[in-house]
Amino acid sequence: MNVKIMVPLALVIVVLVVLASGFYVVDERQQVIITQFGEPVDAAVTDPGLHFKVPFIQTANFFDKRFLEWDGDANQVPTRDKRFIWVDTYARWRISDPQVYLERLRGDELTAQSRLDDILDGETRNAVARHDLVEVVRTSNRQPDTSEVDEEETGVLDEITTGRVDITEAIQTIAGPRLLELGIELMDFRFKRINYVDEVQRDVFDRMIAERQRIAQRYRSEGEGEAARIGGEKERELQRIQSEAYRMHRRPVESPTQKPRGSTRTPTTVTRRSTLS
Amino acid sequence: MKFRVFDNDVDLSDFLPPDIPMKGILIGIVLVIGLVTAWNTVYQIEPEEAGVVLRLGKYVGTKNPGLHFKLPFIDQMVRVPVERQLKQEFGFRTEAAGVRTTFSPAAFLGESLMLTGDLNVAVVEWIVQYRIADPYAYLFKVRNVEETFADMNEAVMRGVVGDRTVTEVLTVGRQDIELNAQIALQELCDQYENGIRVEQVVLQDVNPPDPVKPSWDEVNQAQQQRDRLINEARADYNSVIPRASGEAQQTILQAEGYALNRVNRSEGDATRFKSLYEEYRRAPDVTRRRMYLETMGRVMVKVPGKVILDEKAQGILPLLPMDGLRRSANLVGGGGD
Repeated sequence: MNVKIMVPLALVIVVLVVLASGFYVVDERQQVIITQFGEPVDAAVTDPGLHFKVPFIQTANFFDKRFLEWDGDANQVPTRDKRFIWVDTYARWRISDPQVYLERLRGDELTAQSRLDDILDGETRNAVARHDLVEVVRTSNRQPDTSEVDEEETGVLDEITTGRVDITEAIQTIAGPRLLELGIELMDFRFKRINYVDEVQRDVFDRMIAERQRIAQRYRSEGEGEAARIGGEKERELQRIQSEAYRMHRRPVESPTQKPRGSTRTPTTVTRRSTLS
Repeated sequence: MKFRVFDNDVDLSDFLPPDIPMKGILIGIVLVIGLVTAWNTVYQIEPEEAGVVLRLGKYVGTKNPGLHFKLPFIDQMVRVPVERQLKQEFGFRTEAAGVRTTFSPAAFLGESLMLTGDLNVAVVEWIVQYRIADPYAYLFKVRNVEETFADMNEAVMRGVVGDRTVTEVLTVGRQDIELNAQIALQELCDQYENGIRVEQVVLQDVNPPDPVKPSWDEVNQAQQQRDRLINEARADYNSVIPRASGEAQQTILQAEGYALNRVNRSEGDATRFKSLYEEYRRAPDVTRRRMYLETMGRVMVKVPGKVILDEKAQGILPLLPMDGLRRSANLVGGGGD
C-alpha cells in the first residue's frame, strides 16, 4: 500500500485511541474524582453518563455513591450497672466527599472500614458503659399492656430517662464529625443485637425460671383458695336454705284474707325469694 | 489438539474451506453483526418485572412489561421483579417451598435471641414480606440492599421487643409487635431510600429460651390446675345447693298447704257461725228457739226413751215406768258420767 495513505491513517487511529482513552462512563452508582499525577483536580463528578478527561495525564478514580454498609464486630461490653453484654452494631455510611476520602484514606474501602471500626466500636463501648442495661434495651417509657394478664405475670417495665435510640443517636453525634473529616457521612448507626454473655445468660435464665415458678405457685394457690371459698359458700348456703325453710315452716299461720294488706307477710316472702336465687 | 496438529506438521491450508467467494464471507459477517445487534436491541419485560434502562451509565427510564427496544451496546437494561412479593426469614430458614425444614434452631439463635424490656430473654422468629416499590432507588441508592434490609429488620425487631415485657412478647403482644415493627421498618426504609415497601411483618414461633421453657409450661399447667380446682368446687356447689333449695321450697310449700287447709276449714266454720249469729241478732227469740229446736231435734233422736212433761205438771211419778226408764237412763248416763 501507499505510504501517503498509511501515515495519515496511522495518525488518525492514534488520535482516536488517545481520544477514546479520554472518555469514561460514570454509572448511576458511581462518582469519580479526576486526578492529575495523583493530585485531585476539580470537584467530584457525580452525574452519571459519558465524561471526558485529558488522556493519559488524568486518571479517573471511581467511588461508590450509594449507602455503604458497616457491620461492627460483636463486642463484649460492661454496662454501667456492671452487666456484661454482647453488643453488635451496624451503620450505613456514604462517601460524601470523595476528594477528602481519597486523600485521607487513599480511597481504599478496607481502610475506611477499619477506621469506622476504630471510631464506632470505641464510641459504642463508651456509650454503653455510661448507661444501665435497661437503657440500652428500651426505647421508650411504654407501659406494658395488662389488659389480658395481670401485672404480676406481665411484669414491670422500669422507667428510663435515656433509651436505645437516644444512645445510638448520641454515638452518631460524636462519631459523625470525626468521620466527616475522612470524607465519610454517617447516615445511620444502630444496635443490631444485644445479648447477655454466657455466664450472665445462665443467671438470667435461672431468674426467669424462678419468676415463672413464682407465678405458677400463685396460680396453684389461687385455685386452691378459690375452691375453698366456693366450698365455704356452699356450706353457708346450705345452712341458710335449710334453716330458712325450717323458719318458714314454723311461722305463725295467717289468714289469707289478710294477704292483700298483710305487712307481716311481705318480708318473709322476700327472704324466701332470696333463698331460691 | 493444536499441538498434535503442529507435531504432525499438517498443512493448515488443507483445513480452509474450498473456494468460498469473499462476497459470501462479507454477507455472513454482516449477518452475524446484524443478529447480535438485534439481540441487543430488542428485549421483553415479563409481567412481574420492570426494566431499568441506563444509557452510558445514566438512568433514562423504567420500562413496563412488554416488548421494548434500546440502543445496542450503549443502553443497559436491568430487570427488577417489582410485582413479586419477596420474603426474608429470621431465626429459621425454609429449605424448599411447601416443605418447611428448619435447620437446627441453634444455628439461627443469633438472629432470634433477644432481650426484652424487663431484661429477660425471648427467642423470636419472624418473616418480613416486601416489594420493590421504586426500582431506581432499589438499584442505585444502597449497596447490598438485601443484606442491609436484614440488618434493619433485626435492629427494628429488637427495638420493638426491647420495649415490651417477656410475657407480652410471648403471649398477648404479638399483633402489636408485628404492627409496630412494620411501621418502624417502613420509616427506616424511607430514610435509607432503598425503594422497598414493607408489606407485612409476621411473627413466627416466639418462645422462651430452651432452658426456661419447662417453667413456662409449669405456669400454663398451674393455670389449668387453678381452673380445674375452681370448676370442681363450682360443680360441687351446683350439685348441692339447687337441690337443697328445692327441698327447702318443698318443705315450705307443704307447710303452706297445711296452713291453707286449716285456715280454709276454720273459715268455713266461722262463716257458718257468723251467718247463724247474724240471724240470731236479727231475731234472737226465734233464732234461739230455732237453735234450741234444731239442737233438740238432733240430740233427741239419739235418746232412746223420752218422757215429755208439761212444765205445769205436779209430779212425774205416776207416769214413771221405772224399769224401762232405768234402762234408757243408764244408757244416757253412760254417756254423761
